[in-house]
Amino acid sequence: MSATSCSLCAFVKSSIGRKIIVALTGLALVLFLASHLAGNLLVFAGQEAFDEYAAFLHNLLHGAGVWIARLGLLTCFIVHIWFTILLTKENKTARPKYAHEATVQAPRSSRLMIWSGLTILAFIIFHILHFTVRTDAELAKLGAESPWKMVILAFQNPLVVIFYLISMTLLCSHLGHGVASIFQTLGLRSKKTAGPIKLISKAYALIIYLGFISIPLAILLFGFGCETCK
Amino acid sequence: MPLLNLTLKVWRQENANTEGRIETYEAKEIPTSASFLEMIDIVNERIIKEGGEPIHFDHDCREGICGMCSMTINGVPHSKERGITTCQLHMRKFSDGDTIWIEPFRANAFPVVKDLVTDRSSFDRIIGAGGYISVRTGSAPDAHAIQIPKPDADAAFDAAACIGCGACVAACKNASAMLFVSAKASHLNHLPQGQAEKDQRVLGMVKQMDQEGFGNCTNQFECEAVCPKEISADHIAKLNRDYLTASARSSVS
Repeated sequence: MSATSCSLCAFVKSSIGRKIIVALTGLALVLFLASHLAGNLLVFAGQEAFDEYAAFLHNLLHGAGVWIARLGLLTCFIVHIWFTILLTKENKTARPKYAHEATVQAPRSSRLMIWSGLTILAFIIFHILHFTVRTDAELAKLGAESPWKMVILAFQNPLVVIFYLISMTLLCSHLGHGVASIFQTLGLRSKKTAGPIKLISKAYALIIYLGFISIPLAILLFGFGCETCK
Repeated sequence: MPLLNLTLKVWRQENANTEGRIETYEAKEIPTSASFLEMIDIVNERIIKEGGEPIHFDHDCREGICGMCSMTINGVPHSKERGITTCQLHMRKFSDGDTIWIEPFRANAFPVVKDLVTDRSSFDRIIGAGGYISVRTGSAPDAHAIQIPKPDADAAFDAAACIGCGACVAACKNASAMLFVSAKASHLNHLPQGQAEKDQRVLGMVKQMDQEGFGNCTNQFECEAVCPKEISADHIAKLNRDYLTASARSSVS
C-alpha cells in the first residue's frame, strides 16, 4: 500500500505527472464544450426544442444527473486551474529574462495560455451567475418560465454580448494550443500524427468559437427570436 | 575582403554571486569570413591590448560536435540560423552596422560562471540518474549480435545526435530541459539493450530534471527550433508516454 501511494505521490509531484493531470482534466473540459455547444445550438430550433432540452437535463436521474455533471466539471476545473497555476509559477521562476528576448516559433496563443485561461475563469463565474444562479431578477423570472426566452432577453444587452465575444475569442485561442497539447502531453504525437493533430486542434477551436458566438450575434445583430421576447 | 563594423551588446558578469550587466563594444573591421567565435577573439585581443578583461566564453571543438559553445545571439541560442552551433555561425550572416546582443544561456539550472560561461553540470547529473545502460565493459560485441529493426535504429540515432549543449533549455520560455532529457532517454529506450532499465531510467531522469530546477514543458517547441542537431519534439511525446506507463507499472509492482 505504501509503495502504491508513494508512486502516485511521485507522479503528482513530477513535472510530467502534473502536465498529464492538466491534459486529462483539459480533455474532459474540451469534450464538455462540444456537448454544451450542441445543446445551445438548439436555441435555433425554437423555444419548444430548447426548453424541452433544458427540462430533460434537469430531470436526468430524477434531477441528480445535472448535479453529478456539475460536481464532475467543477472538480476538473479546479484541478486544471490549480495545477496550471502551480506549473506557471515554477516556469516563471525557472528562467531569468534575456535583455534581448526573441521568439522563434512559439505561437501567440501558446504564450497567452495563462491569461486566456484566467479570462475564461472570470467568464465562467459571470456565465454561471448570469444563466445558472440568475442573479438578475428579470432573467430569473423569465428563466423559470422559459430558458429560451431568458437567453433571447439576456443577449439584448450589447455589453453582455461584447463580453461573451471577447471571452469566446480567448477560449478559441486557449483551445488552439490546448487541444494539440493534450495529444503531445499524453504522448500521442509522432511524425505521423503531428499534422492531423494540428489540424484537429485548430478546427475544433474554430468550430467551438463560431458555434458559441453565433448565438449572441444572431440575437443582438439579426434580432433572432425578438418578436416573442417583447 | 569585405569588412564589417558592428556594435556588440555583451553580458558581463564577474561570477555567480555578482550582478551582471550589458556592456557595449565596437567590433571594427571584422572579416566576413571569420566565424562568430573568431569575431569575439578579435574583439578580445583588442580588449587585452587596451588592458581590459576579455569576454569569457565557452568553446572547444569549433566544429559543431562538442556542445561546449553556449551563447544566445539576439535572443536565440546559437543564433537564428537553423541546425548549427555558435561556432558554426559565420560573420557573413551579418550586415555592416548591425547591433548584436550576446548573452549567456539563461536558466536557473545553468548558473553563470563568468560572462557567457554557464555551469551546465545539471545535465551530467540527469545522465547519472539513468541516461546509461549498465553493461559489461570490454571488447565491443559483434555488430549483428542483437537485431534492431531499422526504424528503431534510426529513431535512436536521431535522438543520439544530441550533443547536450543546452540550447533547448536556453530557448525555452520556461527553461525546461524536456528536449534534452527526452532525447537521451529516447536514444536508449528505442534499443533492445535499453529495455531492461527503461522504467527506472525514465523515472530517475525526470526526477533529477525536476530537482535541478528546470521549468515545465508547455509544448511551444522553441527547443526544436534552436536545436543544432534538429532533434524533434516528438521525442518529448515519447518521454511523456514512457513516463506515464513507467509510473503506472511502478505503482502496481
